[in-house]
Amino acid sequence: MHELRIAESIVDITLREIERRNIAAVKSIGIRIGVISGVNPSALEFSFEAITTETPLAGAKLKIEEIPARGICRSCKRNFEVAEFIFVCPNCFSGDIELKQGEELDIVYLETE
Amino acid sequence: MTQKIEIEEKVLSENDKIAAEIRKRMKEKNIISLNLVSSPGSGKTSLLEKTLSELKDKINMALIAGDVQTENDANRLIKAGGNMVKPIVTGGACHLDAKMVAQALNEMNLDKVKLLFIENVGNLVCPSSYDLGEDMKVALISATEGDDKPLKYPAMFRRAGIIVINKIDLLGLSDFDMDRVKKNALQINGNLKIFETSCRTGAGLDKWFDWLRNLV
Repeated sequence: MHELRIAESIVDITLREIERRNIAAVKSIGIRIGVISGVNPSALEFSFEAITTETPLAGAKLKIEEIPARGICRSCKRNFEVAEFIFVCPNCFSGDIELKQGEELDIVYLETE
Repeated sequence: MTQKIEIEEKVLSENDKIAAEIRKRMKEKNIISLNLVSSPGSGKTSLLEKTLSELKDKINMALIAGDVQTENDANRLIKAGGNMVKPIVTGGACHLDAKMVAQALNEMNLDKVKLLFIENVGNLVCPSSYDLGEDMKVALISATEGDDKPLKYPAMFRRAGIIVINKIDLLGLSDFDMDRVKKNALQINGNLKIFETSCRTGAGLDKWFDWLRNLV
């Protein structure tokens, strides 16, 4: 359950931005999670809610965008969506795939009142 | 009125920053570092015990042993001949992070060290998100586990450079299929290098030792 620690990192970054930018209240936090990031979105939402109760971030929501995995075949350069974590080129069947997206774990934006 | 403020920052940027510092420091000192990950009980500590017994007179090794509770693994490594072993007890946390490793490294004399092993907490999920500044992740699977482990934990097997399939002396006693586990692993990561070992009988360890000798 490392989502708890990930949620703490999101809180740390948000509080830092609140102070730096003099923000009154945060309504939502935009998060980008790649499907191969190893982070479970619903566990993250649960953790975030649990640790922000009775804090300045109480009631703030995570708006999570899930990013599918995409790869480029190093042999034939085909760009494709990596479905079901099968890292095999659908064109030439090479397994030498460079992952271009799907590992994201980013805080993207804050929505304020 | 709602206002949108762009941030664009990695959630674990603080960890990644410390990991980058560790990587830079290890490079300057010419130390190769390997982060060992697996489920609990796959044989991380056993593999390191065997590695110490075989190579301690030839390669100067430092070891960091992470555990949720107890220093048992670190004590086993000291008993196996490790003269530079640092335990990290996470006190509940399911993974090591770069800050814990940086603190441990600060308390070690790395002057003559060529090879650093970081034994992560037994867990195939959480450690995958935390860069420890290592050169490579080594993932262990054992023949008493499901041969679909790579498919269940793609984030980890995608990030590993090596897998060690351990407890091969027990092959045939369970439904674990060697060909299937390799196929599953290579489907996640076609560039994986695979070792097959038994830390109990010593089978296959020669290739692992040779690879380590060539690495440093």
